[in-house]
Amino acid sequence: MSKMESENIYYEGRIKVPYKWYVGETGSRFFIALRDKKEIWGIRCPRCRKVYVPPVKNCWECFIPTKEWVRLKDTGTLESFTVVHYPNEVIPKKPPVVYGLIKIDGADGSLLHFVGDIDISELKTGMRVRAVFADERAGNILDIKHFAPIP
Amino acid sequence: MGKRTAIVGFGQTYQRSSRKDVNGVELINEAVIAALADAELTIKDIDAVVIGNMDHFEGINYVDMWSVEGSGGVMKPIMKVTTGGTTGTTVAMCAYYHVASGMFDKVLAIGWEKNSESDTTGAIITAFDPIWERPNIGGAIAGLAVEASKYMDNYGITERDGARVAVRERLHALNNPYAHLHQEWMKGMEADKIVDLLVTSEQNQMLAYPLRMSDMCPRTDGAAAVIFASEDIAEKIAPIPAWVISTANRHNYVYLGDINWDANDTLEAASRKVFEKAGVKEPLKEIDICEIYLPYSYAGLKWMESIGFCGPGQGPRLVWDGVTDMDGELPVNPSGGVMSSNPIGATALLRVGEAAWQIMGKAGPRQVKKDVNLALATGFGGCNWADVMLLGKKRPS
Repeated sequence: MSKMESENIYYEGRIKVPYKWYVGETGSRFFIALRDKKEIWGIRCPRCRKVYVPPVKNCWECFIPTKEWVRLKDTGTLESFTVVHYPNEVIPKKPPVVYGLIKIDGADGSLLHFVGDIDISELKTGMRVRAVFADERAGNILDIKHFAPIP
Repeated sequence: MGKRTAIVGFGQTYQRSSRKDVNGVELINEAVIAALADAELTIKDIDAVVIGNMDHFEGINYVDMWSVEGSGGVMKPIMKVTTGGTTGTTVAMCAYYHVASGMFDKVLAIGWEKNSESDTTGAIITAFDPIWERPNIGGAIAGLAVEASKYMDNYGITERDGARVAVRERLHALNNPYAHLHQEWMKGMEADKIVDLLVTSEQNQMLAYPLRMSDMCPRTDGAAAVIFASEDIAEKIAPIPAWVISTANRHNYVYLGDINWDANDTLEAASRKVFEKAGVKEPLKEIDICEIYLPYSYAGLKWMESIGFCGPGQGPRLVWDGVTDMDGELPVNPSGGVMSSNPIGATALLRVGEAAWQIMGKAGPRQVKKDVNLALATGFGGCNWADVMLLGKKRPS
């Protein structure tokens, strides 16, 4: 018998599955206000009074439905940040990309989003930022293009 | 109360960046054979199997069934659990529950991953909410970078502090023949000299501030298997079994921005519960070694505080003082930890197996040079999920 060849064969595949993820009525209301009026809304828990952005239908601490919508400003504070230097398909921008945790005025939690229109050397935890809305808005979280420093 | 339960065997593959010579099923088999050999059991002795990985890394959704040729699960009760980064510890907890319930005597826990077979960031992003988070987050590295950056700001932590953790993990890995990363150039060098190099070298690329290449875990192909046995037979199988003293897990993920980034709340709560059940009052003094799931360097500072080994902001002092080195009061990750090997579904099970081996005295060149009575293992998942398991040499009363 002749000597058998050794080679590590692989089979190349790609799974591409289309999805339609329904946002739900609560989230839809948030996106509609964002898309049509460039407004940011939070939702308040009737028991602990926490204001959630993104909005949640149920307060996860009190485990009861949230009800009261609260109109929030488009300003907030940068709680933390990072600058991403590597490109990746899941990042819809070219590096360097700045991500920040933004605590919107009047909200209890933060929103993880992009920070833009900024010189990277000026980034500072605690700095004040304002939402910059996308020109073309589709009813999703990228209707906020990024948060920019308030001069 | 259920049956007291102990670990009686542990096996793993050599952790490598890519195992082109085996498919997933064959990789699993290597770890299972090693664990059975370690316990001196055969597959006939195993009553049930618990297996886990992260589905999207390989794109296989029925791993429990698909893997039976390798796992030995043919015609046995088998259950798959998958919880992201914590999968390995959750597999261990699930196997422990099987035995502790009194319904099974010997249960095989398996964790595995072939990270090389797909895109890590593409797979990890499926762990985040498709509507609110996937469009605007940058995968695992950026999320951890935001945490590190906040911790630095809170306590005046420096890049050198983070690098010191990375150096410890890589130096320890040099004692572990199974580890994926063996950075031989570090051998024999002073820790602070290596730290200086890491924070100044241009080759050590900044990925997402403050995280450089050296601050991150690798992506690894590998598998691990751990055998749990009941109090009726554990001591007959292993001369020194590693008893499960207590275990707990906590999860608080809603949206990333809602998590309290000033502390690791899930790890803190799970650790507290475990210590409370075990009667541990001073973790630093009472625990002999740790295998902590640290996916990146700064976690080795902040999360030490969350577990309760030191106060807020004191992580760096603990690490710089050498407390967590091999010859310190509390050696952390003698195996080299997650930052030296990260086959995701197996990663947390490696923590459990390595901690058990320290108690059993089987850790070879990475065995700590002191009596090990209590060993702590943890798991971390990207959505802020924490698993904690405390193992002990003494059979629980």
